[in-house]
Amino acid sequence: MANIVAIVKMVPDLVEELEINDEGTGLDRDWLRLIINEFDNHAIEQAILLKERDGGEITVIAPEAEGVEDMLFTTAAKGADRMIKLAGDFEEGVNNHALARAFAETAKNHQPDLILTGVQANDDLDGPVGPLVAEYLGMPYVGYISNVTLEEGKAIVQKEYPGGLIGEMEVRLPAVLGIQAGEEPPRYVAISKVRQMMKTAEIDEQEIPELDLSGGITTSRMYLPEAAERAEMIEGDEDEIATKLIAIFKEVGAL
Amino acid sequence: MNQNIYVLIEHLQEKVTEISYIMIAAARDLAKETGGKVVAVLLGKNAEGLASSLATDSVLYADHVALAEFTADAYQKTVASLIQESEPRAFLFGNTSIGSDVASVVSARLSLPLISSCSQINDGKLTSKICGGKIMAESELAETTTLITIIPGGYKAEEGQSENSPEVKSFNAPALDDLRVTLKQYIEPEAGDVDISKETILVAIGRGIQTEDNIELAEELAEFLGGTVCSSRPVVDQGWLPTSRMVGKSGQTVKPKLYLALGISGAPEHVEGMAESEMIVAINMDPNAPIFDIATYGVEFDFFDLIDPLLEQLEEAKG
Repeated sequence: MANIVAIVKMVPDLVEELEINDEGTGLDRDWLRLIINEFDNHAIEQAILLKERDGGEITVIAPEAEGVEDMLFTTAAKGADRMIKLAGDFEEGVNNHALARAFAETAKNHQPDLILTGVQANDDLDGPVGPLVAEYLGMPYVGYISNVTLEEGKAIVQKEYPGGLIGEMEVRLPAVLGIQAGEEPPRYVAISKVRQMMKTAEIDEQEIPELDLSGGITTSRMYLPEAAERAEMIEGDEDEIATKLIAIFKEVGAL
Repeated sequence: MNQNIYVLIEHLQEKVTEISYIMIAAARDLAKETGGKVVAVLLGKNAEGLASSLATDSVLYADHVALAEFTADAYQKTVASLIQESEPRAFLFGNTSIGSDVASVVSARLSLPLISSCSQINDGKLTSKICGGKIMAESELAETTTLITIIPGGYKAEEGQSENSPEVKSFNAPALDDLRVTLKQYIEPEAGDVDISKETILVAIGRGIQTEDNIELAEELAEFLGGTVCSSRPVVDQGWLPTSRMVGKSGQTVKPKLYLALGISGAPEHVEGMAESEMIVAINMDPNAPIFDIATYGVEFDFFDLIDPLLEQLEEAKG
């Protein structure tokens, strides 16, 4: 019976076009579409798998952002027991050091045996959140995890290295794990179930009065990449492009 | 504080990993700016020999049984105590399974600033790649020792290699007891049905393939080309292809004659495994997909609209 906390944040949806703010120092958040960090989604799946296997309770914590409530209700529909939204000056985007302090402060109250979070997020500029939370709570951290088994007072985890090598590690609990991939892909949940949760479940709101930004970095300039060399683009309709591609395949000896 | 740039050397199973050399090359660019030396920090047990290939001014080596293999706790303690003693201008780590576990924790422990995912250093300016390679962020060293994690892309590993073994100085690891993380064993990757790192033609699929059934289309195409299907991470995480087919950070590094990328955006984690391909042809609907910045030829098109005419013409060509 583990008490599990999952730490989750919303990140820019990379399918959408990203724009830079007028100051040229950050993303233009007015136009940003946000989605759950995909690695956090894997962390939630891993948390639910552990609960299904060993019992326990799952608390999900996420900072305020566009779409965060729908995301939290979705995790409830999947099997999370408690949802906490951190309220404060998060909407403009804060660094991970500040976020980690807020997560740590809130997670502490739930005396977790295990904290799971995504190994990274696409907008990390000052390192991932997980190891920072671990250090602020004085817990050990291991990242790049793709498999977790709980035993008495410890977790046995599989840590990924380059080339497909795995390090099997023993981690003393309580601990924070940075999840690269859950043992199963994140499950889908019917929208009707999410709607049901919107009616019955409640999101706790936790006020974070002041954000401590120290340890993060100051970005002097943010910009879209200006490629020195770009691919030679092949134009035309489907048939013309196919013909040109086949010519290229022949040229490299693939045909 | 001194002006030296320290680099945490990563090694696994008695081999220095490629990112270590890339970091050394980056550190040399940074040291030009600060006027300091580049110092490799090597932690291990009887691992001093690994220092010989490092293109640094010197090597600081700590020998301890608890450092024989990488574990987060022991590395964090050793690096934190070394920073407190010697206060380098900057400390470089890989943005990897090893470096990321160390850099962030040391940042929080010593209250030092951390810049992550940096791929290039020019005139003291550090450029980080975020949002899957779609956004660049520029920053500078802070007033205190600055921790930096490095991603591949800006430097070649050869630039950080040398045959002139640098001078090795030993330093003492701090007390490494009461460690909360231990390595039980390494598990070698299962051999796949094919070794994609040896294939000369690869048809790579990414998130854009949308469903498991669509993989057949890529396989059909690969068959015509005499190649093999491989993929980026999301396809493997869905369980649609075995891990042995994964290209990138925790997968394989490939250098085929032709890398045909279908619906692959080109996030840095994927690119580091295939950037050295002789020819890259990328088909993607998103004109801003970073894959077009490294591809030889690009097609801004929905792959699903292209596949039928392509297969038809291939059939005809085959005659």
